Amino acid sequence: MRHGIRFVGLVLVQGLILKNLEAGYLINPFLYVLFILSLPFELPAWIGLLLAFALGFFVDIFYGTMGMHMAACTMMGWARPAILKFMNPRDGYEFGMQPTIQDMGRMWFISYAAILIFVHHFILFYLEIFSFREVWLTFVRVLVSTSATLLLVIITQFLFYRKREPA
Amino acid sequence: MRNLIVFLARHYFFLLFLLLQSIALILVIQHNYFQHAAAVSASNAVTGSMMETRDEVTQYFGLRDQNIQLAEQNAILMGKLETAYLNYDTTSFSVEDTTHRLRYSYIAAQVIDNTVSLRNNYIVLNRGRLQGVEPDMGVITPGGIVGIVREVSDNFCVVMSLLHKDSKVSASVKKDGTFGQLNWEWPDYRYGVMVDLPTHSKIAKGDTLVTSGLGDAFPSGIPVGTVMDFEKKAGDKTYTCRVLYTTDFRKLQHVYIVRDLMRPEIDQLKEKAGVKNAE
Repeated sequence: MRHGIRFVGLVLVQGLILKNLEAGYLINPFLYVLFILSLPFELPAWIGLLLAFALGFFVDIFYGTMGMHMAACTMMGWARPAILKFMNPRDGYEFGMQPTIQDMGRMWFISYAAILIFVHHFILFYLEIFSFREVWLTFVRVLVSTSATLLLVIITQFLFYRKREPA
Repeated sequence: MRNLIVFLARHYFFLLFLLLQSIALILVIQHNYFQHAAAVSASNAVTGSMMETRDEVTQYFGLRDQNIQLAEQNAILMGKLETAYLNYDTTSFSVEDTTHRLRYSYIAAQVIDNTVSLRNNYIVLNRGRLQGVEPDMGVITPGGIVGIVREVSDNFCVVMSLLHKDSKVSASVKKDGTFGQLNWEWPDYRYGVMVDLPTHSKIAKGDTLVTSGLGDAFPSGIPVGTVMDFEKKAGDKTYTCRVLYTTDFRKLQHVYIVRDLMRPEIDQLKEKAGVKNAE
């Protein structure tokens, strides 16, 4: 339920506000990926993948770019379990923990988010130009936008997520 | 058979990924090769009306600039009124004017969604099929050109902005009429680049470029931009110019969709000529 609200909210924020935030050609933040980042650890991987696919679909509708966000999100949904496994804390993920700064610590969350956002933006921007011209400029765009998205994701986390009270 | 099931069970996650990813990629490729299948989704009624609501709120922020623009345009129009002309020939009013026939009419529209910082930018307007908009119509502002209508739904249309990698407009140098092709100089939304301008053109920095009237979308003589710089690249037989657009794409709100009243006639004629060529 909480995730449903987050899904709709992030798609609307992205499609109606961030899309028209013209901060220059280098900076195109895509905050909506926060939804994929904050899926619970114990969610089966294939459900996460399907959700990512659906998320991309709705964002595509707003951007009028059928398929691009779908492809980028699907790639992200596929990479996520592998990265979670790779970044596994020594004693595994505790039940009830959320992938947030508050639960997992600053270092863990930033590297986790940065890798996945980079994957997403990389696919997205290169699909957008759809050719091998402008390769370097696009790469700069990927890096700058990744940082912008990461910053927004972190700010949003501090604004909206409360530290879980120890039960 | 059992092996297959075991294989599927073990790799179901990767296979699902492959399936979804190929759906997405097929959509991307279709989108790229069939421009017309492009922004269909963006013009659909749901997102269209949401964008319109958002625009009703954000419109107020640009009111000052819009008022100035409209006032300027009023001034130009007033200059064209009958009362602004001195009447030398008193007999002319009774002569039926058959040499001037109305060719273009304009549909006023509001921009309800617009981007400038993507590689391929689209603009959504709040006019559609019911108001007489059709694909391939041009879109202009009082001061410049904006793009070409790509997709139309009942009440909205999606316009391919000049800021698009496939945007090609025929523009001519106002003072001598030589023309070239205007593309967008990605990534800056203010600049375009004009290629294939013949070297006998007497172009200079600061010259005004206007639409050439070639192609179907725009009437001729609408300002497009000013020449910032031009050069002849080694090995080329033509000039390449850097152009500052007169349209400010970040401040678009009121635009006009150009309806060419003689379009059906031209299309018919072309079709006929095409048939003859084929014979």
